[in-house]
Amino acid sequence: MHLTSETFDQNARDALRDPVLHGALRNLADNFVERRRAAIASVDDWEGLREKARVIKEQTLCHLDRYLLQFVENAEKAGVKFHWARDGKEACGIVLNLLKKRGAKHVVKSKSMATEEIHLNAALEAEGIEPVETDLGEWIIQLAGETPSHIVVPAIHKTKAQIADLFVDKVGIEKTDDVDVLTRTARNILRQRFAEAEVGISGVNFGVAETGTIVILENEGNIRLTTGLPKTHIAVMGIEKIIPKFADLDVFLKLLPRSGTGQRLTAYQSIITGVKRNVTDEGPDEIHIVLMDNGRSRMLAHPVTRQSLACIRCGACLNACPVYQQVGGHAYGSVYPGPIGAVITPQLIGISKAKQLPYASSLCGACREVCPVKIDIPELLLHLRAEITDGTAGGAESNPQRKRKFTESLAFRMYGFAWSGPVSYGLGIKAARLMQKLVVRDGRIGKVSGFVAKLLPPLGAWTAWRDAPAVAERSFREQWRDGLGNNSQWSVVSGQ
Amino acid sequence: MKVSVFITCLVDQLCPNVGVSMVAVLRRVGCEVVFDERQTCCGQPAFNTGYRNEAQKFAKRFIKIFEESAAEAIVSPSGSCVAMVKHFHELFPTDEKWRERAGKIAARTHEFGSFLVNVLKVEDVGASSTGRITWHDACHGLRDLNIRDEPRRLLKNVKGVEFVEMSNADVCCGFGGTFSVKFPEISAGILDNKIESIEKADVCAVVSGDASCLMQIGGRLSRLDSKVKPMHLAEILACQNHLR
Repeated sequence: MHLTSETFDQNARDALRDPVLHGALRNLADNFVERRRAAIASVDDWEGLREKARVIKEQTLCHLDRYLLQFVENAEKAGVKFHWARDGKEACGIVLNLLKKRGAKHVVKSKSMATEEIHLNAALEAEGIEPVETDLGEWIIQLAGETPSHIVVPAIHKTKAQIADLFVDKVGIEKTDDVDVLTRTARNILRQRFAEAEVGISGVNFGVAETGTIVILENEGNIRLTTGLPKTHIAVMGIEKIIPKFADLDVFLKLLPRSGTGQRLTAYQSIITGVKRNVTDEGPDEIHIVLMDNGRSRMLAHPVTRQSLACIRCGACLNACPVYQQVGGHAYGSVYPGPIGAVITPQLIGISKAKQLPYASSLCGACREVCPVKIDIPELLLHLRAEITDGTAGGAESNPQRKRKFTESLAFRMYGFAWSGPVSYGLGIKAARLMQKLVVRDGRIGKVSGFVAKLLPPLGAWTAWRDAPAVAERSFREQWRDGLGNNSQWSVVSGQ
Repeated sequence: MKVSVFITCLVDQLCPNVGVSMVAVLRRVGCEVVFDERQTCCGQPAFNTGYRNEAQKFAKRFIKIFEESAAEAIVSPSGSCVAMVKHFHELFPTDEKWRERAGKIAARTHEFGSFLVNVLKVEDVGASSTGRITWHDACHGLRDLNIRDEPRRLLKNVKGVEFVEMSNADVCCGFGGTFSVKFPEISAGILDNKIESIEKADVCAVVSGDASCLMQIGGRLSRLDSKVKPMHLAEILACQNHLR
């Protein structure tokens, strides 16, 4: 199964027809939204905390060059080796080289959206190295040969029964519906992998500039093992992950778990500052950090798109989004789904490959309301929509030839003309009243099909599910002229 | 207070009764109401679909027309269109003069329910009706204009009606302008959750502050032959059943 962003509409239709997915998504919405609500109630000034986070992120991004160098300098002092990657291909190449030089056969990985973004697993597999995902959800979808459908809970689209069937098929257990048995199976297999791994690959939640520290949050303990047990630890991080001070963690560690999973704190926080100081200490001998741009500096260039880089990957906007709740993550056909995915994906892979995504939103603003760093996602969506219609969109491979969708553009020009003054507006309305006689029954328009639907596709699309109101016999302005304007006793007609 | 009403396209053409009701309520609470017939659209459909040039033309036209009015307030029965007016300044990123003019107009423009409660300080407009009703928060009124309590206070003061909260009142109805016809299946899926909440609340009317949401919700209720009636805030506040 490989879905692309280009076919979002078709992917979404398929997803809507999947009752199992629907059940899973309903659980997600109910559980996570409620848990988040309860968790943020335990913070005195949640709104103040969000504003603090927004300001820290904005100021950091405005001086990212300085903070990045400070981060590198301090981490190098603690023995970390750095690698700079312009794009995903370079980042994959760097990781691959590091693995080859160490003759690594066994590689464990912890959950990381950055490595998903650059399709690291596929790049390594192509060279004969099979990294093992050690986050339970990630391991499940790796076994299934799928991609994550959620930033935080990657296998949210799978039911217990589907996972049990997968385990029967892939690791040969007896069929069971006992969750304990399933998790124990995973744990036993994964412990083995940890023990034999030469290299552990992780992502990064926060890179602290003043100390050169990386911070990674999790609940299963697999990140602790991935970053602590193998001799070599490679961390792949986007350049936007920097925060200036260690004390800033006070803000972000309160925001991230509450927003993501509704926890006050995740079960584990790995706070790693360089390699071990003494040979007898625990921990890896070497740590490599791959700092990756991959389109980020382009987002940094514009004040509106810059906000995209403030994202701390909590997934709250997915859980709150009515569209995500309907279609799930795979429909977006991209590594990052949901509202933030609809914003980041076109900027990462090029707007021409993800033209539908900025429109995959009712602009309800629920995402902005829950975002812990106050990213104005609707504003970003509108910005990208304007770029699409202007044909000036940047992106991985910007294409000046991009044309507006002809009929839509024509429709907006006609509307621009018709609504430009009372005379043309009045004429347009008269025409509509005349034409609607074809379709209005009992004061409303029921399902239209055939010729009329072909002539007016939006009316066809609307009335497939909803009746449409008829244009009123007497508009407000006509009633105003007829007497409403100077008669305070003008009657309000009840109903239409 | 002298009030210039901004009657949105949907209200003017599809549900004029909402505009007529708003005028009646405003007059009842002592406002002098004027209506400039030159007004057309705020340009929101163009803005939300990405057609900024077209939206800018609408914005300029709107600003010019309402600048000429001496009315202290511009009042509209739509949170969504008022929110668009508040966005006007974004359409002039490099034009300080127009930004300033847009800002002045935005400061004078109010959503109907919020105008009653926050500007006129009126929570009881002397309305009366019957039955059990609930409120649907239109997204732009709620999240762009931060209107949550105002309509609820107004509704609780309508004599003879029982106001109940439905579950997920603040979740989108799935309209989203062109979204509703670009992705009709998703829009309808979101809508059906809303319909479920409404039906569970066991009400005779669902009230909201935006004609667009009511068209979406009402269209589905009508298709399903539901007994629940979609009503605009202005319509229920205009009701004075005891006078009939």
